[in-house]
Amino acid sequence: MPDWPILSVVTFLPLVGALFILVIRGEDAIAVRNMRWTALSTTVITFLVSLLIWLDFDPANPGFQFEETWVWLGGAMNYHMGVDGISMLFVILTTFLMPICIIASWGIDKRVKEYMVAFLVLETLMIGVFCALDLVVFYLFFEGGLIPMFLIIGVWGGQRRVYASFKFFLFTLLGSVLMLLAIMAMYWQAGTTDIAQILREVKFPAAMQTWLWLAFFASFAVKLPMWPVHTWLPDAHVEAPTAGSVILAAILLKMGGYGFLRFSLPMFPVASVDFTPLVYTLSVVAIIYTSLVALMQEDMKKLVAYSSVAHMGFVTMGIFTATRQGIDGALFQMISHGLVSGALFLSVGVIYDRLHTREIAAYGGLVHRMPLYAFVFMVFTLANVGLPGTSGFVGEFLALLGAFSANSWVAVFATTGVILSACYALWLYRRVIFGALEKDSLKAVTDMTPREAVCLVPLVVLIIFFGVYPAPLLDIFGPATDGLVKTLEAGIDAAGALQAASLN
Amino acid sequence: MRPVPCRLRASTDATGRKAFQMIEIFNNADAWPALPEIFLAVAAMALLLLGVFRQRNSADSVAMLAMAALAVTALMVIFAGSGRDLAFGGAFVVDSFARILKVMVLFGSSAALVLSVNFMKLERLERFEYPILVMLATLGMMMMISANDLIALYMGVELQALALYVVAAINRDSTRSSEAGLKYFVLGALSSGMLLYGASLIYGFTGATSFAAIARAVAGGEQVTGLVFGLVFLIAGLAFKVSAVPFHMWTPDVYEGAPTPVTAFFAAAPKVAAMALFVRAMIQPFAGIAGQWQQIIVFIAIASMLLGAFAAIGQTNIKRLLAYSAIGHMGFALIGLAAGTQEGVRGVVVYMIIYLIMTLGTFGCVLAMRRRDGAVEEIADLAGLARTNRPLAFVLAMLMFSLAGIPPLAGFFGKYFVFLAAIKAGLYALAVIGVLASVVGAYYYLNIVKVMYFDEPAEGFEPVPAEIRLVIGLAGLFVVGFVIIAKPIVTLAQAAAASLF
Repeated sequence: MPDWPILSVVTFLPLVGALFILVIRGEDAIAVRNMRWTALSTTVITFLVSLLIWLDFDPANPGFQFEETWVWLGGAMNYHMGVDGISMLFVILTTFLMPICIIASWGIDKRVKEYMVAFLVLETLMIGVFCALDLVVFYLFFEGGLIPMFLIIGVWGGQRRVYASFKFFLFTLLGSVLMLLAIMAMYWQAGTTDIAQILREVKFPAAMQTWLWLAFFASFAVKLPMWPVHTWLPDAHVEAPTAGSVILAAILLKMGGYGFLRFSLPMFPVASVDFTPLVYTLSVVAIIYTSLVALMQEDMKKLVAYSSVAHMGFVTMGIFTATRQGIDGALFQMISHGLVSGALFLSVGVIYDRLHTREIAAYGGLVHRMPLYAFVFMVFTLANVGLPGTSGFVGEFLALLGAFSANSWVAVFATTGVILSACYALWLYRRVIFGALEKDSLKAVTDMTPREAVCLVPLVVLIIFFGVYPAPLLDIFGPATDGLVKTLEAGIDAAGALQAASLN
Repeated sequence: MRPVPCRLRASTDATGRKAFQMIEIFNNADAWPALPEIFLAVAAMALLLLGVFRQRNSADSVAMLAMAALAVTALMVIFAGSGRDLAFGGAFVVDSFARILKVMVLFGSSAALVLSVNFMKLERLERFEYPILVMLATLGMMMMISANDLIALYMGVELQALALYVVAAINRDSTRSSEAGLKYFVLGALSSGMLLYGASLIYGFTGATSFAAIARAVAGGEQVTGLVFGLVFLIAGLAFKVSAVPFHMWTPDVYEGAPTPVTAFFAAAPKVAAMALFVRAMIQPFAGIAGQWQQIIVFIAIASMLLGAFAAIGQTNIKRLLAYSAIGHMGFALIGLAAGTQEGVRGVVVYMIIYLIMTLGTFGCVLAMRRRDGAVEEIADLAGLARTNRPLAFVLAMLMFSLAGIPPLAGFFGKYFVFLAAIKAGLYALAVIGVLASVVGAYYYLNIVKVMYFDEPAEGFEPVPAEIRLVIGLAGLFVVGFVIIAKPIVTLAQAAAASLF
């Protein structure tokens, strides 16, 4: 383990890059090029440094590693960072996708400086969310991310960007402020905001757990998003620039799932069990309903956005089965969905850059002009469907396995979602890629440029690699998930014993 | 009582004897703790003489000297020692709470003077009376903060208010400014009347005007009904001073009508002083009937937050919008008072420190909105500012996010500490309504960001004068860097709160 604060370095390195970009003067071609390269090299260096975390990570240890503590507000509120098997891979996922986003944004020529700075600040805030081990610090990072994302959607977005950015901001804020109040209540109850300490020592009374759970649920359900508070997502995805959509789908949504695993389940075990039927219902509705909605979309980005909501339904279902398989599956699904949905948005971006339309009807027969693109898009589509051999399969399979052991009806309904996802994804692929090349606008389309290939090929490789050989990820989740399941059972037993004692 | 320096006591020549007599007077009246106030009063009178005798072109030098006097007063407050001192037979108290809030008020007043220099020159409003009135108002505010007796309270309030009435109408050739002054005067007189009526009822039912004696009488627990009547009127008068709903009606008109630097002054220091007075007047004398006034404060806080959030949405004038925003912010600050605990007071102090600096920064930005043909104050005039003046747009955007309470900016921490106190005190409904109101409020702050960043640029602004750039820059640094400097500020607020209990 390194003796320097590696997590803080990874977290704040992008901010240093942002400062460098801020001091670049001028708007001419050279300055703009410098900004792009500075942003790219910052994100690449951050990624490389973050790989050290993976290398030094001890998978056998279920607790927090690389812990750092600095006195901040004094007393019980400190700057405390650390990762465990649940959060570590999200950090890597974030740092891995950022360079790809920067490369995908090479074509942005409007207000490049602000764009790059916004993305780098966003990266710092996203990494911080997954590393923070203090409730208040977590909240700072969690909410702070709204500011750059608001600007990214609003400044570089599409036609209805103002509406989409406001909706995104206010929906997420509304959920989160309730969580803030719950954090305060936890502070007065526990006497600390230290996540590790609360996980170790504090048992909240059952009645209080209900309210705290609901407040956290309000925040994470919006962020994830769960049906019926998902409506901000299609708008935000459609209007955001390509890289913004990638970040939204791949990282920001995962914060909700991460929150459930970090807070709701281990800290409020009794309430989690009580509310499991609610979560199951919402998850199943999300899986079936949003899949059907996705089937009917005429806008490619909207289709991918709705499919994200459906896939997140598997995640919430898996998490709340509270079984080893279910949680492993949910975590795997989140990482995999981060790669796949990011890749799908990038793919949509590739053809959007050529024709400037996201209408499915405007395409058809692309395979004749873009064979390479047709191939990578096929890999992503199949991964989205969850075909065995792609990473999408492992997560969904494990989550369904967990669901079968917990509640077979939920699993039965959720499995129909797999079929529906095959319908919309393959139908999309058929309409865009296959068929005759009839439209004049498509006749001159060129295949992927090397820059686009650099973005997409690593994703293809990883999606297939983790589909065939998921062990590297599962080994890291494993002990942490085990610990989580044990905490959960212990918490429920303790509450049960307490209740029995009070009855006697 | 402060020991008299023996060097002065030993002197024998004529001037020495005069000084000695002065010291005797000070000692007899226990006036030592009020030395900074006395200095400020003398300085204001001296500057008035200077202004009158020099007549022409004295505005600049008077303004400079006024700022210097305020700075010296602040230093005197800071270095006047620690602990709790009483003056004027207990009517005037200096404790950590008073010291910290006085420094804030002095800082707010001098920053408002800094902001006014260039504007007054451009608008041909250079009058040497303005800095002097600001000084007198500041003196009144310091009295308010230190008031430990209903009579001292009224004196402070009136001294401050009378100076503010004149300042609001300083641009006497403008109908809007005169209207603002008159409106403020009429409504202010009404509220002073209510305050006085409440004070006399309280005196009638407790037999005392000093806070300590009232606290004893209240703790005795007799004649509560009549006392509560007095308390309600007192709260009405104080709510007017902090512009809380339902006594907020003057705020939008005065904010819009008064010249912008005057509005900046109005929005900053007097709010801090009034809030300080409000806190002391509730916590100290009426601790025994906290249950009675808490309900009223809870209602005022909720009403202010909701009105501030909803009424601001439709505004197109930025000063008017900031008036509604101020009403909302007073509602948030009052949440801390509603908790009625030490954490609550800490929350109020943290909130007011952050509010003061955000307000000064925001008004600095409003003052920077100036085109070739004069100052503009419509929100639409900010269109595309992110492309015509990037630093200004960035700071204003950060201030807006901060006012909306988005972490990791300063405004979040203000809200954090008041809500923390409310949750501890079990005021869950108040807290939930509060955070929901803050989400509604976020909409109009975002709208300003939207106008600056998303919209197509309008004509750019004139270059911003250096002193306004300084204020804006410092406010921006404070707002963004608050995460780093949070600890000392919270510690200070903690000390201030502890001295009240």
